[in-house]
Amino acid sequence: MKRGVHDIGGLPENQIDQSEHDYALWEKRIDALLVLLTGEKQIMRVDELRRGIESLDIDAYSELSYYERWIASISKILVEKGIFSSTELEGKMAEVLARGTES
Amino acid sequence: MKPAFQPGASVTVSNRDIQGHMRTPTYIRGKTGVVERLCGSFRNPETLAYGGDGLPKQPLYRVRFLQSHVWPEYRGPSTDTVDIEIYQHWLEPVS
Amino acid sequence: MPHDHIHGPTIDPERLAYYQRMATAVREILIEKGVLTGAQIEATIKKMEARGPALGARMVARAWVDSDYRIRLLLDGSAAAEELGIPVDGTRLIVVENTEEIHNLVVCTLCSCYPRNVLGLPPDWYKKTAYRARAVKEPRAVLAEFGTVLPNSVTVRVHDSTADMRYLVLPARPAGTEGWAEDKLAALVSRDSMIGVQAAKEPES
Repeated sequence: MKRGVHDIGGLPENQIDQSEHDYALWEKRIDALLVLLTGEKQIMRVDELRRGIESLDIDAYSELSYYERWIASISKILVEKGIFSSTELEGKMAEVLARGTES
Repeated sequence: MKPAFQPGASVTVSNRDIQGHMRTPTYIRGKTGVVERLCGSFRNPETLAYGGDGLPKQPLYRVRFLQSHVWPEYRGPSTDTVDIEIYQHWLEPVS
Repeated sequence: MPHDHIHGPTIDPERLAYYQRMATAVREILIEKGVLTGAQIEATIKKMEARGPALGARMVARAWVDSDYRIRLLLDGSAAAEELGIPVDGTRLIVVENTEEIHNLVVCTLCSCYPRNVLGLPPDWYKKTAYRARAVKEPRAVLAEFGTVLPNSVTVRVHDSTADMRYLVLPARPAGTEGWAEDKLAALVSRDSMIGVQAAKEPES
Protein backbone atom coordinates (compact mmCIF):
# COMPACT_ATOMS: atom_id res chain seq x y z
CA MET A 1 0.00 0.00 0.00
CA LYS A 2 1.51 3.31 -1.06
CA ARG A 3 1.82 5.74 1.82
CA GLY A 4 1.75 9.51 1.65
CA VAL A 5 4.99 11.19 2.74
CA HIS A 6 3.26 12.24 5.95
CA ASP A 7 1.66 8.88 6.76
CA ILE A 8 4.50 7.68 8.97
CA GLY A 9 2.92 6.06 12.02
CA GLY A 10 4.93 2.93 12.81
CA LEU A 11 7.77 3.52 10.35
CA PRO A 12 11.31 3.04 11.66
CA GLU A 13 12.79 6.17 13.13
CA ASN A 14 15.65 7.22 15.35
CA GLN A 15 16.00 8.75 18.78
CA ILE A 16 13.84 11.79 19.37
CA ASP A 17 15.69 15.10 19.24
CA GLN A 18 14.16 16.89 22.23
CA SER A 19 15.77 20.26 21.53
CA GLU A 20 13.40 23.18 21.09
CA HIS A 21 13.74 26.58 19.47
CA ASP A 22 11.89 29.79 20.10
CA TYR A 23 9.47 30.52 17.30
CA ALA A 24 10.92 33.23 15.03
CA LEU A 25 8.81 36.18 13.86
CA TRP A 26 8.71 34.84 10.28
CA GLU A 27 7.26 31.56 11.60
CA LYS A 28 4.65 33.26 13.76
CA ARG A 29 3.59 35.38 10.78
CA ILE A 30 3.01 32.27 8.67
CA ASP A 31 1.06 30.70 11.49
CA ALA A 32 -1.04 33.84 11.86
CA LEU A 33 -1.61 33.92 8.10
CA LEU A 34 -3.03 30.41 8.19
CA VAL A 35 -5.20 31.18 11.22
CA LEU A 36 -6.68 34.21 9.44
CA LEU A 37 -7.12 32.52 6.05
CA THR A 38 -8.85 29.46 7.52
CA GLY A 39 -10.73 31.31 10.24
CA GLU A 40 -12.04 34.84 9.92
CA LYS A 41 -11.35 35.13 6.17
CA GLN A 42 -12.76 31.70 5.20
CA ILE A 43 -10.50 31.57 2.12
CA MET A 44 -8.96 28.15 2.65
CA ARG A 45 -9.24 25.14 4.91
CA VAL A 46 -6.71 23.42 7.16
CA ASP A 47 -7.46 20.30 5.11
CA GLU A 48 -6.17 22.11 2.01
CA LEU A 49 -3.03 23.16 3.87
CA ARG A 50 -2.45 19.52 4.82
CA ARG A 51 -3.10 18.30 1.29
CA GLY A 52 -0.62 20.85 -0.02
CA ILE A 53 2.03 19.66 2.44
CA GLU A 54 1.34 16.03 1.59
CA SER A 55 1.89 16.80 -2.10
CA LEU A 56 5.52 17.69 -1.44
CA ASP A 57 7.96 15.06 -2.62
CA ILE A 58 9.71 12.99 0.01
CA ASP A 59 12.94 15.03 -0.15
CA ALA A 60 11.15 18.34 0.28
CA TYR A 61 9.00 16.91 3.09
CA SER A 62 12.01 15.75 5.08
CA GLU A 63 14.35 18.69 4.31
CA LEU A 64 12.05 21.67 4.67
CA SER A 65 11.40 22.87 8.19
CA TYR A 66 7.86 22.99 9.51
CA TYR A 67 6.91 26.53 8.50
CA GLU A 68 8.77 26.30 5.20
CA ARG A 69 6.39 23.44 4.38
CA TRP A 70 3.46 25.57 5.50
CA ILE A 71 4.27 28.55 3.30
CA ALA A 72 5.03 26.29 0.33
CA SER A 73 1.57 24.76 0.76
CA ILE A 74 -0.25 28.04 1.42
CA SER A 75 1.23 29.57 -1.74
CA LYS A 76 0.22 26.56 -3.81
CA ILE A 77 -3.33 26.58 -2.47
CA LEU A 78 -3.82 30.34 -2.91
CA VAL A 79 -2.56 30.17 -6.51
CA GLU A 80 -4.92 27.24 -7.09
CA LYS A 81 -7.78 29.35 -5.80
CA GLY A 82 -6.83 32.27 -8.03
CA ILE A 83 -6.15 34.64 -5.11
CA PHE A 84 -2.92 35.51 -6.90
CA SER A 85 -0.95 34.01 -9.77
CA SER A 86 2.43 32.32 -9.55
CA THR A 87 3.73 35.14 -11.76
CA GLU A 88 2.54 37.71 -9.25
CA LEU A 89 4.18 35.76 -6.46
CA GLU A 90 7.49 35.47 -8.31
CA GLY A 91 7.37 39.19 -9.09
CA LYS A 92 6.77 40.11 -5.49
CA MET A 93 9.50 37.75 -4.27
CA ALA A 94 11.94 39.41 -6.70
CA GLU A 95 10.86 42.79 -5.38
CA VAL A 96 11.46 41.67 -1.80
CA LEU A 97 14.88 40.33 -2.75
CA ALA A 98 15.81 43.58 -4.51
CA ARG A 99 14.72 45.56 -1.46
CA GLY A 100 17.42 43.75 0.43
CA THR A 101 15.75 43.58 3.86
CA GLU A 102 13.37 41.02 5.33
CA SER A 103 10.43 42.95 6.75
CA MET B 1 -26.29 10.57 8.10
CA LYS B 2 -27.34 8.28 10.93
CA PRO B 3 -24.43 6.78 12.89
CA ALA B 4 -24.04 3.10 12.07
CA PHE B 5 -22.09 2.06 15.17
CA GLN B 6 -22.64 2.20 18.91
CA PRO B 7 -19.92 2.36 21.55
CA GLY B 8 -18.73 -1.16 22.19
CA ALA B 9 -19.24 -2.31 18.60
CA SER B 10 -16.40 -4.25 16.99
CA VAL B 11 -15.30 -2.62 13.75
CA THR B 12 -12.65 -3.28 11.14
CA VAL B 13 -10.84 -0.47 9.31
CA SER B 14 -11.20 -0.82 5.54
CA ASN B 15 -8.14 -1.86 3.63
CA ARG B 16 -8.73 0.62 0.81
CA ASP B 17 -5.78 2.19 -0.95
CA ILE B 18 -7.06 5.54 -2.15
CA GLN B 19 -5.34 8.44 -3.84
CA GLY B 20 -5.50 11.84 -2.30
CA HIS B 21 -5.95 13.27 1.15
CA MET B 22 -7.33 11.12 3.92
CA ARG B 23 -7.05 10.93 7.69
CA THR B 24 -6.98 7.13 8.10
CA PRO B 25 -3.36 6.15 8.72
CA THR B 26 -1.93 3.19 6.80
CA TYR B 27 -0.85 1.47 10.02
CA ILE B 28 -4.45 0.89 11.12
CA ARG B 29 -5.89 -0.35 7.82
CA GLY B 30 -7.40 -3.79 8.08
CA LYS B 31 -7.20 -3.81 11.88
CA THR B 32 -10.13 -4.57 14.16
CA GLY B 33 -10.99 -2.53 17.23
CA VAL B 34 -13.86 -1.46 19.44
CA VAL B 35 -15.80 1.81 19.18
CA GLU B 36 -14.92 3.85 22.25
CA ARG B 37 -17.31 6.74 21.45
CA LEU B 38 -19.10 8.59 18.70
CA CYS B 39 -17.42 11.99 18.47
CA GLY B 40 -20.13 13.58 16.34
CA SER B 41 -20.46 14.26 12.63
CA PHE B 42 -17.98 16.39 10.73
CA ARG B 43 -17.30 17.53 7.21
CA ASN B 44 -15.32 15.01 5.18
CA PRO B 45 -11.65 16.03 5.03
CA GLU B 46 -11.15 14.01 1.85
CA THR B 47 -13.24 16.48 -0.12
CA LEU B 48 -12.55 19.58 1.98
CA ALA B 49 -8.91 19.18 1.01
CA TYR B 50 -9.78 19.86 -2.64
CA GLY B 51 -12.05 22.85 -2.19
CA GLY B 52 -15.24 20.87 -1.64
CA ASP B 53 -17.71 21.65 1.11
CA GLY B 54 -17.14 18.31 2.83
CA LEU B 55 -20.87 17.53 2.91
CA PRO B 56 -22.60 15.37 3.85
CA LYS B 57 -21.02 15.31 7.30
CA GLN B 58 -19.64 11.92 8.28
CA PRO B 59 -19.97 10.32 11.70
CA LEU B 60 -16.56 10.22 13.39
CA TYR B 61 -15.66 7.61 15.98
CA ARG B 62 -12.83 7.05 18.42
CA VAL B 63 -11.89 3.40 17.96
CA ARG B 64 -9.70 1.57 20.44
CA PHE B 65 -7.23 -1.07 19.26
CA LEU B 66 -5.01 -3.45 21.21
CA GLN B 67 -1.39 -2.63 20.39
CA SER B 68 -0.58 -6.34 20.30
CA HIS B 69 -3.09 -6.68 17.42
CA VAL B 70 -1.80 -3.63 15.54
CA TRP B 71 1.94 -4.39 15.73
CA PRO B 72 3.05 -8.02 15.39
CA GLU B 73 6.28 -7.22 17.22
CA TYR B 74 4.75 -5.15 20.04
CA ARG B 75 6.60 -5.89 23.26
CA GLY B 76 4.51 -4.09 25.88
CA PRO B 77 1.67 -5.59 27.93
CA SER B 78 -1.31 -7.00 26.04
CA THR B 79 -3.54 -4.37 27.66
CA ASP B 80 -1.80 -1.42 25.94
CA THR B 81 -4.05 0.36 23.43
CA VAL B 82 -4.06 2.96 20.69
CA ASP B 83 -7.17 5.12 20.18
CA ILE B 84 -7.71 6.67 16.76
CA GLU B 85 -10.44 8.88 15.29
CA ILE B 86 -11.86 7.22 12.19
CA TYR B 87 -14.68 8.31 9.89
CA GLN B 88 -17.63 5.99 9.44
CA HIS B 89 -16.98 5.39 5.74
CA TRP B 90 -13.70 3.71 6.69
CA LEU B 91 -15.30 1.27 9.14
CA GLU B 92 -16.92 -2.08 8.50
CA PRO B 93 -18.91 -4.08 11.04
CA VAL B 94 -17.39 -7.32 12.30
CA SER B 95 -19.83 -10.12 11.66
CA MET C 1 22.46 5.74 14.64
CA PRO C 2 23.16 8.51 12.10
CA HIS C 3 24.57 11.52 13.91
CA ASP C 4 22.55 14.09 12.00
CA HIS C 5 19.28 12.58 13.18
CA ILE C 6 20.19 13.50 16.74
CA HIS C 7 20.86 17.15 15.99
CA GLY C 8 18.41 17.52 13.10
CA PRO C 9 19.08 18.37 9.49
CA THR C 10 21.22 21.44 8.80
CA ILE C 11 19.12 24.27 7.44
CA ASP C 12 20.43 25.62 4.13
CA PRO C 13 20.48 29.42 4.67
CA GLU C 14 19.74 30.22 1.02
CA ARG C 15 16.77 27.90 0.94
CA LEU C 16 15.50 29.34 4.22
CA ALA C 17 15.86 32.89 2.87
CA TYR C 18 13.86 31.81 -0.20
CA TYR C 19 10.93 30.61 1.90
CA GLN C 20 11.08 33.62 4.19
CA ARG C 21 10.91 35.77 1.06
CA MET C 22 7.92 33.75 -0.09
CA ALA C 23 6.22 34.36 3.25
CA THR C 24 6.86 38.11 3.01
CA ALA C 25 5.66 38.18 -0.59
CA VAL C 26 2.45 36.28 0.17
CA ARG C 27 1.70 38.53 3.11
CA GLU C 28 2.30 41.71 1.10
CA ILE C 29 0.24 40.55 -1.88
CA LEU C 30 -2.66 39.65 0.40
CA ILE C 31 -2.47 43.04 2.12
CA GLU C 32 -2.30 44.86 -1.25
CA LYS C 33 -5.35 42.96 -2.46
CA GLY C 34 -7.25 43.83 0.69
CA VAL C 35 -7.63 40.21 1.78
CA LEU C 36 -6.23 40.99 5.21
CA THR C 37 -4.28 43.71 6.98
CA GLY C 38 -0.95 43.82 8.74
CA ALA C 39 -2.80 44.83 11.90
CA GLN C 40 -4.86 41.64 11.74
CA ILE C 41 -1.71 39.55 11.44
CA GLU C 42 -0.13 41.32 14.39
CA ALA C 43 -3.30 40.88 16.48
CA THR C 44 -3.41 37.19 15.60
CA ILE C 45 0.21 36.79 16.66
CA LYS C 46 -0.48 38.54 19.98
CA LYS C 47 -3.43 36.23 20.63
CA MET C 48 -1.23 33.20 19.88
CA GLU C 49 1.56 34.46 22.15
CA ALA C 50 -0.89 34.89 25.02
CA ARG C 51 -1.60 31.17 24.98
CA GLY C 52 0.65 28.68 26.69
CA PRO C 53 0.68 25.63 28.95
CA ALA C 54 -0.35 27.75 31.95
CA LEU C 55 -3.91 27.60 30.60
CA GLY C 56 -4.03 23.80 30.58
CA ALA C 57 -2.28 23.76 33.94
CA ARG C 58 -5.12 25.81 35.44
CA MET C 59 -7.64 23.24 34.22
CA VAL C 60 -5.60 20.38 35.68
CA ALA C 61 -5.14 22.12 39.05
CA ARG C 62 -8.85 22.88 39.24
CA ALA C 63 -9.67 19.22 38.52
CA TRP C 64 -7.28 18.13 41.26
CA VAL C 65 -9.02 20.22 43.92
CA ASP C 66 -12.61 20.11 42.66
CA SER C 67 -14.00 16.64 41.96
CA ASP C 68 -17.13 17.99 40.25
CA TYR C 69 -14.99 20.04 37.88
CA ARG C 70 -12.91 16.94 37.20
CA ILE C 71 -16.06 15.10 36.09
CA ARG C 72 -17.12 17.99 33.84
CA LEU C 73 -13.58 18.18 32.42
CA LEU C 74 -13.58 14.51 31.49
CA LEU C 75 -17.06 14.72 29.97
CA ASP C 76 -16.46 17.84 27.87
CA GLY C 77 -13.01 19.41 27.87
CA SER C 78 -14.10 22.33 25.69
CA ALA C 79 -16.91 23.42 28.02
CA ALA C 80 -14.64 22.97 31.04
CA ALA C 81 -12.01 25.25 29.45
CA GLU C 82 -14.62 27.90 28.65
CA GLU C 83 -15.83 27.68 32.25
CA LEU C 84 -12.43 28.96 33.36
CA GLY C 85 -12.52 31.75 30.80
CA ILE C 86 -10.23 29.94 28.34
CA PRO C 87 -11.65 30.39 24.82
CA VAL C 88 -11.49 27.28 22.66
CA ASP C 89 -12.80 28.75 19.36
CA GLY C 90 -14.78 25.64 18.48
CA THR C 91 -11.99 23.17 19.34
CA ARG C 92 -13.35 19.80 20.41
CA LEU C 93 -11.18 18.96 23.42
CA ILE C 94 -11.09 15.48 24.93
CA VAL C 95 -9.33 15.18 28.29
CA VAL C 96 -7.87 11.79 29.18
CA GLU C 97 -6.99 10.99 32.76
CA ASN C 98 -3.86 9.31 34.09
CA THR C 99 -4.47 6.98 37.02
CA GLU C 100 -2.47 4.35 38.85
CA GLU C 101 -3.54 1.87 36.19
CA ILE C 102 -3.53 4.01 33.03
CA HIS C 103 -1.02 6.37 31.42
CA ASN C 104 -2.05 8.41 28.37
CA LEU C 105 0.13 9.72 25.55
CA VAL C 106 -0.95 12.06 22.74
CA VAL C 107 0.47 12.19 19.21
CA CYS C 108 -0.59 13.30 15.74
CA THR C 109 1.11 10.81 13.42
CA LEU C 110 -0.17 12.49 10.24
CA CYS C 111 0.82 16.07 10.98
CA SER C 112 0.93 18.04 14.25
CA CYS C 113 -2.60 18.48 15.60
CA TYR C 114 -2.28 19.88 19.11
CA PRO C 115 -4.66 21.54 21.61
CA ARG C 116 -3.25 25.02 20.91
CA ASN C 117 -6.03 26.87 22.69
CA VAL C 118 -4.99 25.39 26.03
CA LEU C 119 -1.30 24.65 25.51
CA GLY C 120 -0.05 27.23 23.01
CA LEU C 121 2.25 26.16 20.19
CA PRO C 122 3.67 22.63 20.20
CA PRO C 123 7.33 21.80 20.86
CA ASP C 124 9.49 20.97 17.82
CA TRP C 125 9.82 17.30 18.69
CA TYR C 126 6.05 16.80 18.71
CA LYS C 127 5.93 17.87 15.05
CA LYS C 128 8.93 15.90 13.81
CA THR C 129 8.92 12.43 12.29
CA ALA C 130 10.75 10.55 15.06
CA TYR C 131 8.06 11.19 17.68
CA ARG C 132 5.18 10.85 15.25
CA ALA C 133 6.42 7.54 13.83
CA ARG C 134 7.42 5.92 17.13
CA ALA C 135 4.84 7.11 19.70
CA VAL C 136 2.12 4.84 18.29
CA LYS C 137 4.33 1.80 17.80
CA GLU C 138 6.68 1.88 20.78
CA PRO C 139 5.18 4.30 23.31
CA ARG C 140 7.07 2.81 26.27
CA ALA C 141 10.43 3.32 24.57
CA VAL C 142 9.43 6.88 23.69
CA LEU C 143 8.30 7.52 27.27
CA ALA C 144 11.61 6.15 28.55
CA GLU C 145 13.48 8.66 26.36
CA PHE C 146 11.60 11.38 28.21
CA GLY C 147 12.52 9.81 31.54
CA THR C 148 9.18 8.11 32.14
CA VAL C 149 9.47 4.42 32.91
CA LEU C 150 6.23 2.60 33.55
CA PRO C 151 5.76 -0.90 34.97
CA ASN C 152 3.74 -3.40 32.95
CA SER C 153 0.97 -3.11 35.55
CA VAL C 154 0.22 0.34 34.06
CA THR C 155 -1.65 0.29 30.75
CA VAL C 156 -0.36 2.77 28.18
CA ARG C 157 -3.03 4.36 25.99
CA VAL C 158 -1.84 6.25 22.94
CA HIS C 159 -4.22 8.76 21.33
CA ASP C 160 -3.56 9.51 17.66
CA SER C 161 -5.16 12.86 16.93
CA THR C 162 -6.18 12.00 13.37
CA ALA C 163 -9.32 14.06 12.88
CA ASP C 164 -11.38 16.74 14.58
CA MET C 165 -10.67 16.03 18.26
CA ARG C 166 -7.80 17.49 20.26
CA TYR C 167 -6.40 15.90 23.38
CA LEU C 168 -5.16 17.00 26.79
CA VAL C 169 -3.78 14.59 29.36
CA LEU C 170 -4.94 15.10 32.96
CA PRO C 171 -1.81 13.95 34.81
CA ALA C 172 -2.02 12.30 38.21
CA ARG C 173 -1.74 14.62 41.20
CA PRO C 174 1.65 14.16 42.85
CA ALA C 175 1.75 12.87 46.43
CA GLY C 176 2.61 15.31 49.18
CA THR C 177 0.44 18.15 47.79
CA GLU C 178 -2.51 17.86 50.15
CA GLY C 179 -4.07 21.21 50.96
CA TRP C 180 -2.05 23.08 48.32
CA ALA C 181 -3.58 26.17 46.70
CA GLU C 182 -4.55 25.87 43.03
CA ASP C 183 -1.83 28.15 41.68
CA LYS C 184 0.84 26.24 43.61
CA LEU C 185 -0.54 23.00 42.14
CA ALA C 186 -0.67 24.49 38.65
CA ALA C 187 3.07 25.19 38.86
CA LEU C 188 3.67 21.42 39.05
CA VAL C 189 1.78 20.81 35.80
CA SER C 190 4.27 20.90 32.93
CA ARG C 191 3.44 21.06 29.24
CA ASP C 192 5.01 17.65 28.82
CA SER C 193 2.75 16.14 31.49
CA MET C 194 -0.28 17.34 29.49
CA ILE C 195 1.07 15.79 26.28
CA GLY C 196 1.73 12.66 28.32
CA VAL C 197 5.47 12.14 27.90
CA GLN C 198 6.06 12.91 31.57
CA ALA C 199 4.28 12.89 34.89
CA ALA C 200 3.56 16.15 36.71
CA LYS C 201 6.48 17.49 38.74
CA GLU C 202 7.02 16.31 42.26
CA PRO C 203 6.92 18.85 45.10
CA GLU C 204 10.44 19.82 46.10
CA SER C 205 11.38 18.16 49.38
